[in-house]
Amino acid sequence: MSSFYEFLIAFHIVVGAFFIFVGSLGLLKLPNLMSRLHGPSKATTLGVGGCLIASMIHFAVLQERLSIQEILITFFLFITAPVTAHFIAKAYLHTAVDPEAELPPPRGSYGWSTYESATEARMVRRGPSPRPERNDREA
Amino acid sequence: MISIALNIGLLAVSAALLMNLYRLVVGPSVLDRVLAVDTMVVNAIALIILYGIRESTTLYFEAALLMAMFSFISTVAYCRFLLRGDVIE
Repeated sequence: MSSFYEFLIAFHIVVGAFFIFVGSLGLLKLPNLMSRLHGPSKATTLGVGGCLIASMIHFAVLQERLSIQEILITFFLFITAPVTAHFIAKAYLHTAVDPEAELPPPRGSYGWSTYESATEARMVRRGPSPRPERNDREA
Repeated sequence: MISIALNIGLLAVSAALLMNLYRLVVGPSVLDRVLAVDTMVVNAIALIILYGIRESTTLYFEAALLMAMFSFISTVAYCRFLLRGDVIE
Protein backbone atom coordinates (compact mmCIF):
# COMPACT_ATOMS: atom_id res chain seq x y z
CA MET A 1 0.00 0.00 0.00
CA SER A 2 1.50 3.31 -1.04
CA SER A 3 1.94 6.11 1.49
CA PHE A 4 -0.55 8.32 -0.35
CA TYR A 5 -3.41 5.88 0.28
CA GLU A 6 -2.26 5.40 3.87
CA PHE A 7 -2.39 9.15 4.42
CA LEU A 8 -5.85 9.35 2.82
CA ILE A 9 -7.25 6.53 4.98
CA ALA A 10 -5.70 7.94 8.18
CA PHE A 11 -7.05 11.42 7.39
CA HIS A 12 -10.60 10.18 6.89
CA ILE A 13 -10.49 8.06 10.06
CA VAL A 14 -9.29 10.99 12.16
CA VAL A 15 -11.82 13.42 10.66
CA GLY A 16 -14.70 10.97 11.17
CA ALA A 17 -13.69 10.18 14.75
CA PHE A 18 -13.36 13.91 15.48
CA PHE A 19 -16.91 14.61 14.26
CA ILE A 20 -18.32 11.66 16.23
CA PHE A 21 -16.58 12.97 19.36
CA VAL A 22 -17.89 16.51 18.80
CA GLY A 23 -21.43 15.22 18.21
CA SER A 24 -21.45 13.29 21.47
CA LEU A 25 -19.91 16.27 23.26
CA GLY A 26 -22.85 18.31 21.99
CA LEU A 27 -25.23 15.64 23.27
CA LEU A 28 -23.53 15.94 26.67
CA LYS A 29 -23.14 19.71 26.97
CA LEU A 30 -26.03 21.46 25.22
CA PRO A 31 -28.85 22.80 27.43
CA ASN A 32 -32.14 21.40 26.06
CA LEU A 33 -33.37 18.60 23.83
CA MET A 34 -33.88 20.63 20.65
CA SER A 35 -30.26 21.80 20.69
CA ARG A 36 -29.04 18.36 21.78
CA LEU A 37 -30.73 16.89 18.72
CA HIS A 38 -28.49 19.02 16.53
CA GLY A 39 -25.18 17.43 17.58
CA PRO A 40 -25.67 13.71 16.90
CA SER A 41 -27.28 14.39 13.49
CA LYS A 42 -24.05 15.95 12.29
CA ALA A 43 -22.09 13.11 13.89
CA THR A 44 -24.13 10.55 11.96
CA THR A 45 -23.58 12.11 8.57
CA LEU A 46 -20.02 13.43 8.82
CA GLY A 47 -18.48 11.07 11.39
CA VAL A 48 -19.77 7.74 10.17
CA GLY A 49 -19.45 9.01 6.59
CA GLY A 50 -15.75 9.70 7.15
CA CYS A 51 -15.17 6.24 8.70
CA LEU A 52 -17.04 4.58 5.82
CA ILE A 53 -15.01 6.47 3.19
CA ALA A 54 -11.81 5.36 4.96
CA SER A 55 -13.04 1.76 5.02
CA MET A 56 -14.00 1.94 1.34
CA ILE A 57 -10.55 3.22 0.30
CA HIS A 58 -8.86 0.63 2.53
CA PHE A 59 -10.67 -2.37 1.10
CA ALA A 60 -10.56 -1.02 -2.46
CA VAL A 61 -6.76 -0.78 -2.22
CA LEU A 62 -6.32 -4.02 -0.26
CA GLN A 63 -8.59 -6.32 -2.27
CA GLU A 64 -8.57 -4.33 -5.54
CA ARG A 65 -12.34 -4.34 -5.78
CA LEU A 66 -15.06 -1.95 -4.62
CA SER A 67 -17.08 -3.33 -1.69
CA ILE A 68 -20.78 -2.60 -1.78
CA GLN A 69 -21.62 -2.93 1.94
CA GLU A 70 -20.19 0.48 2.89
CA ILE A 71 -22.30 2.19 0.24
CA LEU A 72 -25.38 0.38 1.59
CA ILE A 73 -24.66 1.45 5.17
CA THR A 74 -23.99 5.03 4.02
CA PHE A 75 -27.25 5.27 2.08
CA PHE A 76 -29.25 3.73 4.90
CA LEU A 77 -27.80 6.02 7.57
CA PHE A 78 -28.14 9.12 5.38
CA ILE A 79 -31.78 8.34 4.62
CA THR A 80 -32.81 7.39 8.17
CA ALA A 81 -30.93 10.05 10.21
CA PRO A 82 -33.23 12.99 9.22
CA VAL A 83 -36.35 10.85 9.72
CA THR A 84 -35.20 9.90 13.22
CA ALA A 85 -34.39 13.50 14.12
CA HIS A 86 -37.75 14.66 12.79
CA PHE A 87 -39.60 12.01 14.80
CA ILE A 88 -37.81 12.90 18.04
CA ALA A 89 -38.46 16.62 17.48
CA LYS A 90 -42.14 15.97 16.77
CA ALA A 91 -42.55 13.79 19.86
CA TYR A 92 -40.81 16.50 21.92
CA LEU A 93 -43.10 19.23 20.55
CA HIS A 94 -46.18 17.19 21.38
CA THR A 95 -45.14 15.99 24.84
CA ALA A 96 -43.05 18.75 26.44
CA VAL A 97 -43.86 22.07 24.70
CA ASP A 98 -46.94 24.20 25.33
CA PRO A 99 -47.60 25.86 21.94
CA GLU A 100 -49.62 28.74 23.41
CA ALA A 101 -46.99 29.80 25.93
CA GLU A 102 -43.61 28.79 24.50
CA LEU A 103 -43.86 29.16 20.70
CA PRO A 104 -44.14 32.47 18.83
CA PRO A 105 -47.43 32.93 16.95
CA PRO A 106 -47.17 31.75 13.31
CA ARG A 107 -47.21 34.50 10.67
CA GLY A 108 -49.69 32.99 8.20
CA SER A 109 -53.41 32.40 8.59
CA TYR A 110 -52.84 28.82 9.81
CA GLY A 111 -51.52 27.62 13.15
CA TRP A 112 -48.43 25.44 13.64
CA SER A 113 -49.00 22.58 11.24
CA THR A 114 -48.03 19.75 13.59
CA TYR A 115 -50.56 20.85 16.24
CA GLU A 116 -53.23 21.70 13.65
CA SER A 117 -53.10 18.21 12.19
CA ALA A 118 -53.32 16.67 15.67
CA THR A 119 -56.40 18.69 16.66
CA GLU A 120 -57.98 17.95 13.29
CA ALA A 121 -57.48 14.22 13.76
CA ARG A 122 -58.93 14.46 17.27
CA MET A 123 -61.97 16.34 15.93
CA VAL A 124 -62.52 13.70 13.25
CA ARG A 125 -62.33 10.94 15.82
CA ARG A 126 -64.59 12.61 18.40
CA GLY A 127 -66.91 14.40 15.97
CA PRO A 128 -70.68 13.95 16.30
CA SER A 129 -71.17 12.31 12.90
CA PRO A 130 -68.68 9.63 11.79
CA ARG A 131 -67.40 9.77 8.25
CA PRO A 132 -69.73 8.18 5.67
CA GLU A 133 -67.14 5.77 4.25
CA ARG A 134 -66.63 4.29 7.71
CA ASN A 135 -70.40 3.71 7.99
CA ASP A 136 -70.37 1.94 4.63
CA ARG A 137 -67.53 -0.28 5.74
CA GLU A 138 -69.27 -1.23 8.96
CA ALA A 139 -72.58 -1.93 7.19
CA MET B 1 0.26 5.70 10.04
CA ILE B 2 -3.06 3.89 9.73
CA SER B 3 -2.57 2.12 13.06
CA ILE B 4 -1.95 5.43 14.85
CA ALA B 5 -5.05 6.95 13.21
CA LEU B 6 -7.05 3.85 14.15
CA ASN B 7 -5.95 4.14 17.78
CA ILE B 8 -6.97 7.81 17.83
CA GLY B 9 -10.29 6.97 16.18
CA LEU B 10 -11.12 4.07 18.49
CA LEU B 11 -10.25 6.22 21.51
CA ALA B 12 -12.44 9.11 20.32
CA VAL B 13 -15.40 6.89 19.49
CA SER B 14 -15.12 5.09 22.84
CA ALA B 15 -15.07 8.43 24.67
CA ALA B 16 -18.13 9.46 22.63
CA LEU B 17 -19.89 6.25 23.68
CA LEU B 18 -19.15 7.01 27.34
CA MET B 19 -20.61 10.51 26.94
CA ASN B 20 -23.73 9.02 25.36
CA LEU B 21 -23.97 6.61 28.29
CA TYR B 22 -23.88 9.56 30.70
CA ARG B 23 -26.75 11.21 28.81
CA LEU B 24 -28.63 7.89 28.81
CA VAL B 25 -28.33 7.58 32.60
CA VAL B 26 -28.85 11.24 33.55
CA GLY B 27 -31.04 12.51 30.68
CA PRO B 28 -33.95 14.51 32.13
CA SER B 29 -36.70 13.32 29.77
CA VAL B 30 -37.51 10.05 28.03
CA LEU B 31 -36.75 11.58 24.63
CA ASP B 32 -33.22 12.45 25.78
CA ARG B 33 -32.72 8.76 26.49
CA VAL B 34 -34.15 7.77 23.11
CA LEU B 35 -31.76 10.19 21.42
CA ALA B 36 -28.86 8.86 23.51
CA VAL B 37 -29.62 5.26 22.51
CA ASP B 38 -29.88 6.24 18.84
CA THR B 39 -26.54 8.05 19.00
CA MET B 40 -24.97 5.11 20.83
CA VAL B 41 -25.97 2.72 18.05
CA VAL B 42 -24.57 5.07 15.40
CA ASN B 43 -21.30 5.32 17.33
CA ALA B 44 -21.22 1.53 17.73
CA ILE B 45 -21.54 1.24 13.93
CA ALA B 46 -18.52 3.54 13.56
CA LEU B 47 -16.64 1.41 16.13
CA ILE B 48 -17.46 -1.78 14.19
CA ILE B 49 -16.25 -0.21 10.94
CA LEU B 50 -12.99 0.95 12.54
CA TYR B 51 -12.49 -2.53 14.02
CA GLY B 52 -13.09 -4.00 10.56
CA ILE B 53 -10.34 -1.78 9.12
CA ARG B 54 -8.03 -2.78 12.00
CA GLU B 55 -8.58 -6.50 11.43
CA SER B 56 -8.70 -6.12 7.61
CA THR B 57 -11.89 -8.16 7.32
CA THR B 58 -15.24 -7.37 5.74
CA LEU B 59 -17.00 -9.81 8.08
CA TYR B 60 -18.47 -7.13 10.34
CA PHE B 61 -20.25 -4.98 7.75
CA GLU B 62 -23.40 -7.09 7.84
CA ALA B 63 -23.56 -6.57 11.60
CA ALA B 64 -23.20 -2.80 11.08
CA LEU B 65 -25.98 -2.80 8.48
CA LEU B 66 -28.31 -4.77 10.76
CA MET B 67 -27.58 -2.42 13.66
CA ALA B 68 -28.39 0.59 11.46
CA MET B 69 -31.75 -0.89 10.46
CA PHE B 70 -32.72 -1.92 13.99
CA SER B 71 -31.71 1.44 15.45
CA PHE B 72 -33.94 3.26 12.96
CA ILE B 73 -36.93 0.99 13.57
CA SER B 74 -36.58 1.06 17.36
CA THR B 75 -36.22 4.85 17.49
CA VAL B 76 -39.29 5.36 15.30
CA ALA B 77 -41.24 2.88 17.43
CA TYR B 78 -40.22 4.65 20.67
CA CYS B 79 -41.19 8.08 19.31
CA ARG B 80 -44.47 6.78 17.97
CA PHE B 81 -45.24 5.17 21.32
CA LEU B 82 -44.58 8.47 23.12
CA LEU B 83 -46.59 10.37 20.53
CA ARG B 84 -49.67 8.18 20.24
CA GLY B 85 -49.50 5.73 23.17
CA ASP B 86 -49.32 2.82 20.73
CA VAL B 87 -46.84 1.54 18.16
CA ILE B 88 -49.18 -0.03 15.60
CA GLU B 89 -52.74 1.28 15.66
